[in-house]
Formats: sequence, C-alpha cells, structure tokens
Amino acid sequence: MPSAEPAPAAGAFHRFMADAARVGALVVQPRMGFADPARMRAGLIATRAADATTVGTLTLDSFTRVGDYAAAARAAAQGHHLNGYPLVSMDRETTTGLLDGVHGPGFPVQVRHGSARPGRIVEALIAAGLDATEGGPVSYCLPYGRTPLATSVRAWAEACRSLAALREAGTEPHLETFGGCMLGQLCPPALLVALSVLEAKFFRRHGLRSVSLSYAQQISPEQDEEAVHALRALAADHLPDTSWHVVLYTYMGVYPETRVGALRLVADAARLAVRTGAARLIVKTPAESARIPSVEENVTALETAAAAARTARPAAPPPSTGIEAEARSLVEAVLHLHDDLGQALVRAFAHGYLDVPFCLHPDNAGRTRSFISDRGRLEWSRTGSLPLGRSTAATPSRRLTSSGLLHALNHVRNRYDDPAALLGRAG
Amino acid sequence: MPVVYPHHQPPDSPRHAVLTTIASDSHTWNLLFLQLLLEEQGWEVTNLGACVPVDVLVEEAAARTPDLIVVSTVNGHGAEEAPGLARAVRAVPALAEVPLVVGGKLDTSGSTGPDVHAALTDAGFDAVLTGASAVPGLLALLDGLPEHRHGRSHADAVR
Repeated sequence: MPSAEPAPAAGAFHRFMADAARVGALVVQPRMGFADPARMRAGLIATRAADATTVGTLTLDSFTRVGDYAAAARAAAQGHHLNGYPLVSMDRETTTGLLDGVHGPGFPVQVRHGSARPGRIVEALIAAGLDATEGGPVSYCLPYGRTPLATSVRAWAEACRSLAALREAGTEPHLETFGGCMLGQLCPPALLVALSVLEAKFFRRHGLRSVSLSYAQQISPEQDEEAVHALRALAADHLPDTSWHVVLYTYMGVYPETRVGALRLVADAARLAVRTGAARLIVKTPAESARIPSVEENVTALETAAAAARTARPAAPPPSTGIEAEARSLVEAVLHLHDDLGQALVRAFAHGYLDVPFCLHPDNAGRTRSFISDRGRLEWSRTGSLPLGRSTAATPSRRLTSSGLLHALNHVRNRYDDPAALLGRAG
Repeated sequence: MPVVYPHHQPPDSPRHAVLTTIASDSHTWNLLFLQLLLEEQGWEVTNLGACVPVDVLVEEAAARTPDLIVVSTVNGHGAEEAPGLARAVRAVPALAEVPLVVGGKLDTSGSTGPDVHAALTDAGFDAVLTGASAVPGLLALLDGLPEHRHGRSHADAVR
C-alpha cells in the first residue's frame, strides 16, 4: 500500500515551485492558449526559452469551460479560432504529443480553465501526464455562469479528490485558488483574501497538500501590499501541513491600450510580487485590451516582468488599514457556519456573509457595492450582511451610473495610458 | 472626465429590454454597463447574466415579449455562436420581429470584418455594433425605436 506521508517526490509543478522558492527567483507565467496543437507547442517552447524563470500554461477555450465539448471539437476540426486549447475534445495522443519533450521537471505546465464542473478537465489533464491546475468552487462558479454554487462545490470536491489521488502514485499534485481574482476588478481586497484562503482550505480538506493562493493586483499599490501580506498571514494560520505559496495576478480588469502603459503595469505587478513575497506572477500582455495575445507578446510580457522583479527587494508590510482583520472576520464567520467547508460556503453566500459586489450570479446576494475612493483605494460603499464587526462602508460622492461605472472600470487603463504619468514617475 | 450619456425620463410604462450574452461568455462588466445605460434611457432591463444558454434566452423572451433583445459578448466566440442564437430567436413566432442587436468583441482577432457582420445580419440580427461606435450606435438605435410596442414594426425601425 502506498503511504500518504511524507510528500511524494514527483509532481513537476510542486517540485519546480519548491526549488524556485529556495533560489528566491520570482516564477513568471503567461495565460496562453491556442486551439492548434502545433501553435500551442510553439507557445510553450517560447515560454520555456524566455529570459525568465517560467512555468507553462495550457489555457482552455470557452466551449470546454462551459462543458460543450462537442462544440469545441467541431470548431477545432473546422479550423475555427477558439480562445484556448480544447483539452477534453482532443485525443490524448495529440496532447501528450504537444507536451512531449516540453513539459517536465524543468518546465511544468499548468492547465487553466474557468470551469465550475472541472471533472472532465481534471481527468484529461491527468491522462496527459500533467499535475497542476487552478480554480475553485466559488471563484470558478459565481463570476462565470449560471451553475448553482452547490453544484460547483460538489464538482470541485470530486475534482480535488481525483487530483489528490495522484499522490498514491507518487506524484504531488498542485492546485491554485482563483478566489483572489473575483470579477477581475472592483472587489475590495479583504474579500479577495478571504475567498482565496477559504478555497485553499477547501482544497486541503479534499486531499491536496500543495496549493497556491491567488491575489489579483488592484488599483492601489499600498492597498495591494497590505493585502498580500494579509493573505500570507492567514495562509500561515489556516494551512498547517501544507506546502503553499502566493501567486499574484497582473491586473485583471480593463487593461491599458498603449504598449508602454501595458508593460509598465506588468512591471509594477512584478515589483509588487517581490516586495510582498509572492512566489509566482501571472502576466498580461500589451495585446490584452484588444484580442488574444500572440506568443511573442507573451514572451515580451514575461521578460519585462522578470527584469522588473530583479530590481525589487522584499519589503516590510505597510501600516495596516484593517485588511487582515476584515479578512479574518470573513473567514472565521464562514468556518463557523458548518463543519463541512463546502456547506459552509453555500450557506455563507445564502446569508450574504460572502457577497461579491457587482456579481450577477443568482446565488450571490448582491447587497454589497464598492467604489474607488478619492485616495485611489477600493472601499466598500455597501457592506450588506458581511460580518465585518463594524460598519466599514464609506460614502461615495454620487450614485452609480453607466458612465461612473465605465470610469471606475477604466481607472487603471487611464492612469497607465496617460503619458503625463510617465513624466510624474521619472520626476 | 467620464462621458455622460443623456438621461431620459422614464415613461409611465417603460419599454422592456432583455440583455444577454452567448452561452460560452462569462464576462459580465459589459452586461452591467449596458443595464445601467439602458435604465438611464428609461428602459426596464432583464439582465440574464453570464453564459446564457440559447434555450434560456428563448424561454425568458417568449414568456414576456420584450421591445428589444441586446446580445453583448466579448470573449471572441460571438462570430461562432451568435448566428445560432439569432436563428433560434427568429424561429419563435412571437420573437420573429423583435429588434435583436449584437455587439462587443465578436472574434479573436480584435477586428470584426464585413463577412462577420453579414453572417450575423443574415442569421437575423438587425444591427451589429462593434468598436468605438458601438455605444453611440446603440443609443441612436434606441432613439429610433418606437415608444410603444404597437404601431410600426420594430424590425422596420432598426433596419
């Protein structure tokens, strides 16, 4: 019989991240996916060859994400452009062929998808010899569709167990939370931190021993630094006997349109990652605002991030504005709802203990709102039923309109595309 | 400064729009923006949210025939999926004449060509709105729609 402890030695992604942590290099990773296997392989090879410490990505297409494998297969067969690689619809030999000689201990590949029912995707990635993916029962359900949260919780529990079963064969699988990226923008950091921690705990309870906790760069560097330090503090307390690291996402909202603005944003994300002790960074490219980026654009973003990371050093947390305390309140309140964390998450959303601003999913209470304060930070304007202990809601100067929403959504794009910002920075 | 779109006073019985996206598209900021925009123009909006299967859209729209159906999609699959959506909507007699518009980023290249526009209008869309002119185009289209459902045909109003 295989023994569960100590941790298995194999597991390409887990092992690579552990080694990178010892060296102290920031690992950078694209969000890259193409339907054509030859192009996908070329993209992975270019990622590996970039002047940076990289891991590879297979981003899946939208048909696969929503479980329409027939549509994905049909579109791929007809040579239509999909927005990712249709892993489930491709035969296994095609996938192992494109990975052959590319994926390995020196270059692990993670599957990124966005599915609330990831069972078939997890089966397919295991069959292809991969051992890392990402998502979560909340983060891949609420923002992305109509699947009931309870269904997603069950599907994710099962997928976690399938992935964790790799341990019995001597492979340490790795799973990353997407909870720190909810809706990409305008979610106050404390809720992002809480969701990332809760999803990581969910993974741990369903057998994973190697996890990463995501956090997406928002609009204020100081607020983000405080948030990532808070995430690490909560992870340390809530994930005993677990190998974990923080993965930072370059800004996920409306992206700068200028090349200089886009690259400056990814460089700022890389410095934020190093300053806060995040081990890995997901980059975005200058093409992001308009279309699916090319391989070359991804490589440029990876190398820009790596170069910026080399100029930064770990830093002490900024003065607290209460993000860690808010995140702890949310996590504790959810954990008290039920012994089964999946049940607790479902109840938490039903009660509005967790409530994502601007999220249209039927299982989200929709009683919270956020806004960008005059100080350029994300603040609550309505906290609904969030158990934050005290009223932390501030008052925005005016009610939400379409143009006001557009202005908030474009806050970062406008700041980074503004040529005057470059001058201000140099001065 | 943000662009400020002119507000219309809501009439006694507001016109009703169903706001939706294609089945594979998870993006919702576009839907939230359009909901606010339509409401500011005096419309009542049923926002179906992310990843709407075609049969859910048809069921919702057939249950209470709207004055307008807006399909907004930005994941690059619009050119692939939206024609099927239009044919399914047009196949329902009650929805055959309802103004039906699609907009956003409709393919993965970032530039929607005339062939894509033609395929979408052939499938039953009355207007295809992309790029910088998409929002002004929608506002102009709203202005051209009749205030009430009776009177001239909706399809004539947008063609």
